[in-house]
Amino acid sequence: EIHEPEEVSVWFREGSSCCQETLARNQRFTETPVNMPGADKETDLSERIESFLSELKRCGSGAGSLRGSAETARETTALLRRITAQARWGNAGELMEIIRKEGRRMTAAQPSETTVGNMIRRVLKIIREEYARGSSEETDQQESLHKLLTSGGSSEDNFRQHFTHLKANVIEAINELLTELEGTTDNISMQALEHIHSNEVIMTIGRSRTVEAFLKDAARKRKFHVIVAECAPFCQGHEMATSLCKEDIETTVIPDAAIFAVMSRVNKVIIGTQTVLANGGLRAVNGTHTLALAAKHHSTPLIVCAPMFKLSPQFPNEEDTFHKFVSPHEVLPFTEGEILSKVNAHCPVFDYVPPELITLFISNIGGNAPSYIYRLMSELYHPEDHEL
Amino acid sequence: MADSVGRQVDSINHATEEDEKKHEIIGAKGEGKELTKEEKQRLRKEKKQHKKNKKDDRGPPEKEKEKEKASVPAPSKPATQSPAHKAAPVPVNASASESPVAAEKPAKSKAELRAERRARQDSERASKQGKKEGGQQSTSSKPKATPNELQPVVKRLPDHVQVDDPVALKKLAKKLERQQVPLRSDYGYKVSLFSHLHQYSRKNPPTQQISIPVTVIHPSIVRLGLQYSQGIIAGSNARSVALLHAFKQVIQDYSTPPNEELSRDLVNKLSPYISFLSQCRPLSASMGNAIKYIKKEISNIPSQCKEEEAKRILQECIDSYINEKIILASEAISKYAIEKISDGDVILVYGCSSLVNHILCEAFEKQRKFRVIVVDSRPRLEGREALRRLVKKGIRCTYVLISALSYILPEVSKVFLGAHALLANGYVMSRVGTSQIALVAKAYNVPVLVCCETYKFCERVQTDSFVSNELDDPDDLIVTRNGKTHLENWQTVKSLGLLNLVYDVTPPDFVDLVITDLGMIPCTSVPVVLRVKNVDQ
Repeated sequence: EIHEPEEVSVWFREGSSCCQETLARNQRFTETPVNMPGADKETDLSERIESFLSELKRCGSGAGSLRGSAETARETTALLRRITAQARWGNAGELMEIIRKEGRRMTAAQPSETTVGNMIRRVLKIIREEYARGSSEETDQQESLHKLLTSGGSSEDNFRQHFTHLKANVIEAINELLTELEGTTDNISMQALEHIHSNEVIMTIGRSRTVEAFLKDAARKRKFHVIVAECAPFCQGHEMATSLCKEDIETTVIPDAAIFAVMSRVNKVIIGTQTVLANGGLRAVNGTHTLALAAKHHSTPLIVCAPMFKLSPQFPNEEDTFHKFVSPHEVLPFTEGEILSKVNAHCPVFDYVPPELITLFISNIGGNAPSYIYRLMSELYHPEDHEL
Repeated sequence: MADSVGRQVDSINHATEEDEKKHEIIGAKGEGKELTKEEKQRLRKEKKQHKKNKKDDRGPPEKEKEKEKASVPAPSKPATQSPAHKAAPVPVNASASESPVAAEKPAKSKAELRAERRARQDSERASKQGKKEGGQQSTSSKPKATPNELQPVVKRLPDHVQVDDPVALKKLAKKLERQQVPLRSDYGYKVSLFSHLHQYSRKNPPTQQISIPVTVIHPSIVRLGLQYSQGIIAGSNARSVALLHAFKQVIQDYSTPPNEELSRDLVNKLSPYISFLSQCRPLSASMGNAIKYIKKEISNIPSQCKEEEAKRILQECIDSYINEKIILASEAISKYAIEKISDGDVILVYGCSSLVNHILCEAFEKQRKFRVIVVDSRPRLEGREALRRLVKKGIRCTYVLISALSYILPEVSKVFLGAHALLANGYVMSRVGTSQIALVAKAYNVPVLVCCETYKFCERVQTDSFVSNELDDPDDLIVTRNGKTHLENWQTVKSLGLLNLVYDVTPPDFVDLVITDLGMIPCTSVPVVLRVKNVDQ
């Protein structure tokens, strides 16, 4: 039986909360189902969470993201909606605790997939907002200095009140978020004609669905030429090129080594990214930093098409958490034989691009300079949620 | 003294000179080259016809043309005086001053060159008949920039960068036909920015149209050409050495036809070989310099030298060239470069440069402690070859692709790059991707050292990688991953192009030091070295 969240309007009060938590924690298929009325929903929910986690773990192992970030964001949000609807919680604080817990597990499953964490933080912010709206009934949601001083720590006890309509409001807000997610690509592509004129030469790297939609939208009205860097070793640029050709866009595929050589004839560089970091920098596919440096050298503008759900409150740090590596056999296959044991081969997936090299961010809420990203972030996420 | 004799002889003979020329040609050359000489004449006539038609089209007054033609043969008779070349442009200059139309200038310069050539040939023949003892042989070499202030210094544009010009293509086709060298056809859709370059496919080797056994082209040259076009011999040093060895074979098998001078005939024999090789794969700068050297050596052979002696001299010359310019040069460069390698260094190299590999192996033998990072790029993946060589020596290596460059560069302390050629404006022409490495290294403040022998310095200038480059087989970019080949039928897709560049140019501000056999110089001192070399020769 599948319960649609909109249909659920009854809370289950049977059973102590600790029992529920034990159930949620011990997700074994061999466990005998507990005979409690709310139990099926709980197991159903936990199953879904588990399957989502295993999906995350599997898809991250190579070839970038097999499912696009938009899909991941949508699924995460849908799952959070389901958790809100089906989990046992009494007040906003408990809900936030549950979501944070699940969120930590999800981000641990695939640390490089930052959209998961971003969506969790969005939902947490939604809950805070709904709670604040419910409790104070104020329309003024701004952070006034008075509020900052008097609120002290907006600590846990502030979220202990129970509101009847909190759940419905939160679910409605999450639905709005989902609608927004669905429209991001269209919003971005609508801005294409403002940035691309005719007879331009545009360069891009690898495969980004956002950039693809962006270019295809501009191609409906303008004629231009696209150069795609293939981005070894996964060579996703090939897919991008064939897909662009279907819309009759003049495309050329070049190997990564030729990026600087052809850059002098390029008018704009338009790229997608995996994550936008809090300082305005990027975490994008490997090779993007070289592309950005070459564009800077020739004073070619670098435009990043990234929807808002890719904005992450992380700052770039050098060590292990930033880089992700996949099997070196992509770089040096096992057929190379004996030298394999004597050689270190590296295959990093991501590159860090500092914000000085970026000219413009195009997102679903419009165009922004990299120096403005910190402000957008403060609107999307609450500072206390930066650490889940 | 000798000139007066020539003048006398010529004044007697000039009336029947035209006929004599033809008889000489047919009689003197022997049966082997009959066809080509007659064809040459036919072609010359065709050219004249063609030029006449062109001039008619342009619509300048015909009178002037006739006057020019009349004036040109006229001074050719007295023009066989000592400064033979100076007289020829004088009447042409006169006619040039009469009609300062810009469109006629190229036609005039062609006519001027033709007249010069004819004048020179006459003087050569006269000097051969008149004087047996060699005096000056400045007339025997090819028309280089003659000491003539009136002649423009524009060098002829090489054929392989004029693919978009149908006139140039036709000329090339005719020349190849005359030399009986097969013409190779382009393959696949060419990106519009590069429509002036050839793009060949490795699956259509140029030898398909050659009949077996080959009569005009020496078999070792055919083999060499195939090795070039299939990529079996790659790398500028390897190609030059292979070329010189093939020429040694050619010289060994060469026999002077009767009534011909070795110094002149051998040079003519080499031309179709060079055309064939450039059809297989455009000549590199190092090959060009080697060919110039050989031609100079051949034409410097004194005419009274016996054939065996001459051959021996030439073989020695070639051996000493290889030894000096390539082998000893790499020893010298290693010595300089090893000073720059300190213990604990992390050295980044790109692709497979024989010189850089040699330096690293030498440094390792001299007990320097360092480790190497080899950067490689698709589609050639030459770095794997370098990796094998270094690992065999026992050097600790890391291997990445060029897209991982920003990841690996913070670890690197020095970058060593090889070069294909060093251009006269200080730009470094090397394998595609080298400029990228230099760019990113500069951004991370890592010193970039280029190692290059002086025989690779060339007088060309270039500022970008578009005007003069080489396009490799575009099918090399196709790759199969996870059972899917996205670009499989790229030919059928209308708007898709694949670009497989071979070379790119690195601006001199990215390069910190150039290590040559003459020492360690900055990039901007390349024209100084060229000038010193020219003065020496």
